[in-house]
Amino acid sequence: MSKSDIKVALIGNPNTGKTSLFNQLTGLSQKVGNYPGITVDKKEGISKLSLTRNAVITDLPGTYSINPTSLDESIVLKTLFTKNTKESPDVILVVADVENLKRNLLLFSQIKDLEIPTVLAINMIDQMGKKGITVDLSLLKRELNTEVILISARKNEGIDDVKSAIIRCHVAAKASPLCGINHKIDPDYFTKLKEISPNYSLYQLWLMLTQNNYPEQVTKEEREKLLAYRNDISKINKYQHKETIYRYQQINEILKNTYSLDKSKATDLRSKLDSIFTHKVFGYLFFFFLLLVIFQSIFDWATLPMDLIDGTFAQVAHFTRDNLPTGVLSDLLVDGIIPGIGGVLIFIPQIAILFLFIAILEETGYMSRVVFLMDKIMRRFGMNGKGVIPLISGTACAIPAIMATRTISSWRERLITILVVPFTTCSARLPVYAILISLIIPDKKILGFLNLQGLVLLSLYALGFITAILAAYILDKTLKIKSKSFFVIEMPNYKLPSIKNVFFEVLEKTKSFVLGAGKIILALSIVLWFLASNGPSSFNNAQKNTINNFASQNLSGEELQQKIASFKLENSYIGILGKTIEPIIRPLGYDWKIGIALITSLAAREVFVGTLATIYSVGADDENTSTIKEKMRSEVNQDTGKKRFNFPVGMSLMVFYAFAMQCLATLAIVKRETKTWKWPLIQLFGMGLLAYLSAFLTYQILS
Amino acid sequence: MRTIATLHLGELGYVSEESLDAIPLKLLEMGCLPGAEVQLVQVAPLKDPLYICVNGSHLAIRKETAAKIIILKSES
Repeated sequence: MSKSDIKVALIGNPNTGKTSLFNQLTGLSQKVGNYPGITVDKKEGISKLSLTRNAVITDLPGTYSINPTSLDESIVLKTLFTKNTKESPDVILVVADVENLKRNLLLFSQIKDLEIPTVLAINMIDQMGKKGITVDLSLLKRELNTEVILISARKNEGIDDVKSAIIRCHVAAKASPLCGINHKIDPDYFTKLKEISPNYSLYQLWLMLTQNNYPEQVTKEEREKLLAYRNDISKINKYQHKETIYRYQQINEILKNTYSLDKSKATDLRSKLDSIFTHKVFGYLFFFFLLLVIFQSIFDWATLPMDLIDGTFAQVAHFTRDNLPTGVLSDLLVDGIIPGIGGVLIFIPQIAILFLFIAILEETGYMSRVVFLMDKIMRRFGMNGKGVIPLISGTACAIPAIMATRTISSWRERLITILVVPFTTCSARLPVYAILISLIIPDKKILGFLNLQGLVLLSLYALGFITAILAAYILDKTLKIKSKSFFVIEMPNYKLPSIKNVFFEVLEKTKSFVLGAGKIILALSIVLWFLASNGPSSFNNAQKNTINNFASQNLSGEELQQKIASFKLENSYIGILGKTIEPIIRPLGYDWKIGIALITSLAAREVFVGTLATIYSVGADDENTSTIKEKMRSEVNQDTGKKRFNFPVGMSLMVFYAFAMQCLATLAIVKRETKTWKWPLIQLFGMGLLAYLSAFLTYQILS
Repeated sequence: MRTIATLHLGELGYVSEESLDAIPLKLLEMGCLPGAEVQLVQVAPLKDPLYICVNGSHLAIRKETAAKIIILKSES
C-alpha cells in the first residue's frame, strides 16, 4: 500500500450484494487478517481506480445501522470512529439494494452525518424492470447531496463509474450531514451537547454518548461531560427512537419524488418457495435431507482428492529421503515437516466442500429460513436460531464456527454456542474415527443395505451433536450471566448463488484454515519429531544396547533395526512422557504408546493417527494408511497377549475423542472471542473430565 | 388489544403510535415504524418466531417482541 492510495470503507446492509461489489472491485487481490491473530479480522483488497490511482478497500461486516447490537456490527462503528489515523477511511462506499432502498438509506443517512466523503452505490438495477422500480438519478443525487451510482455488481455493470466516483469524491473531500439530528428532537439538548467539543461533529458526539464508546483522542474533560449525560439513559433511549423516526421521515420525503414502485409487478416466487421451505413438515424434512446430502458429499467427493494428497506427500517424502544425505535435516524433513504439512493439506477437500455448501446456502437466502425454523428449538437449549450455522459449520472445523457466532447479539446465547461448538464432530476427528472403526467394526451390511461401519460413524456424529445440545441445556441452567435476548433476522429474497462469490468465500475460508490451524499443526509435528528422536543418555546408547540384548537371537538386519527404533522411542522424551501418564490411562484400556498419541493430540486431534504412524512404523519408510492399520491390528497387549486394539479399547478411544477438547487452535480462538482464559480453560478441563469418565465407563462396561 | 402476535396468517394491520417505546431500536431501524403497514406472512412450525413484512422489509421476530407491538386494523 502506498501513501497515495485512497482508503475506502465498504459498508451496507446484509443481502445488498456488498460482497459481489467487493469481489468485482478487488478480484484476487483480497486478503483476510488471519486467525489465530489477535485483533479483529479485516477483509481488504486493492482496487485499480485509474492508471495512476489505487484504492485499498476494506469490506466491513453487513449492518442495518451504525448502532451496533452484535460484535460484527460494532466493528463498523469502531472503524468509522477513528479519525486521522492509519485506519480511518478517506471515502465511504455505501451499497444499497434498489428494492429495499428506503431501509438501506437509513444506514446511509447515519453515515452521511459523520461528515466523511460518501459514495452511494445502488445495486441490483438489473432487477428494476422486473420489479417495476424507477429511480430519478439526478434528482436523487441532488437531494442526497452525494455521488450516487446505479450498478449491477453481479453483471459487472457500473463498476467503472463507482471507481471514478470514488476519485471525484476523494478530490472534492466535501462532506455535509444529511439529516442533522438536532432540529426536531430537542434543540436545547443537542446544542449543549455540541458545545462539549469543537473537534467532533454533533452526530459523532451523540454516537459516543449512545454507545458509551469514546475514541482515544477524547480528552478526560470531554469524556466526563459526556458521561454526565448518561445519567438520564431513558432520555437517550427515547431520543434514539425519535432520531430513527425523524430519519425515516426525511428519507420518505426524498424518495417521494425520486423513487417509484409498481406493486402489480411483484412476483410471488418468494411466497411459493417460503411455503415449502418453512412448512411445518416439509420444511424440516427438506432441511434434514439437505444435511444428509451435505455429509454424503463431504465423504464421497473428498475421498479421491484426499487419497491424491496423501499419495503425493508419501512420494515427496520418499523422494526427499532418497535424494538427501542421511542426517538430521533429512529426518526432520521426512519425519517431521513433510507429514506435518500433509496432515494439514489433507483436510482441504472436506473443508472446501463444506464451505461450498454453506456459501451456497447463505447466497441463496435459504440459511435465514433455517434460522427461522430452528429458533424455537434452539431457544429451549439456551441458544438462538442463529446458532444453527455455527453448529453446522462445526462439522468442518470449530474455528470458523466460533467466528460465525459473532452475528448472535445476546452475549449469553453467543457464549453458550461458543462453549458447545467443539462437541460437534469436526473433520479432525474423522481420521481418528475412520481408522478405529476399520479396526474394530466388521465391514458388513445389516438389513441388507446399511453399512455397519457407516452406521457407527453416523452415530458418532449424532453423539457429538446431542452432547452439544445437552451441554447447552446444562449451561443455560447454570450460567449466571444475564443478557437481553433479542432476535430479529431479515428474510432476504431468494437468489441464484453467484459462482464468483461462492468461489471467493470457499477460497478465503480454506486459506484461513490452512494458514491458521496449519501453523500450529506444523509446529507441533516438528516438536513431536524432536521429542521422539531425542532423549536422555539411555536413548543415545540405544544402538549398542539393542545389539547386545539381541545378539543371541538370530535377527535379520531389518528386524534389528526395528528393535533399535522401538527401544529408542521408549527411551525418548516423548516415550518417558507416555510412560509417566500410563497409570492414569490404564483404566481406560490404553498403554503408554496410546498415551503419547493422547498427549500430542492435545494440540490437534488428527495428530493421533500421525503419532501412531510414527510410533508403530518407525523403521518402515512410508506412511501408507493401510500399513498403519496393519501395524495397529497386529499390536499386542503385553498383559493379555491379545490384540491391543480390541473392541473395548477402540470404543473407549472413540468416546474419548468425541468429548475431549483436543485442539490448541480452538482454545486460542475461544480466548480471542471471549477475551479471557476462563472459558477456554473451562472447556479444556470440563470436556477433558467428561471424556475421561465416559471412556472409563465405556471400557469397564465393555471389557 | 391487538398486537402483531394476534394477527392471522396473511392479515394486514398498522403499527400504532403508542407502541413506539415498546419497539426495540433495531427493529425500528429495520423499518418497523409507527404507522407502517404490517402483514403476517408465515408462522414457524412451533408457533414462534413470526415472519412479517413491514414497510417492505421481510423480517422474522420472536412472539414475545411481536406481542409488545400494538396494531390498528385498516378499517379503524
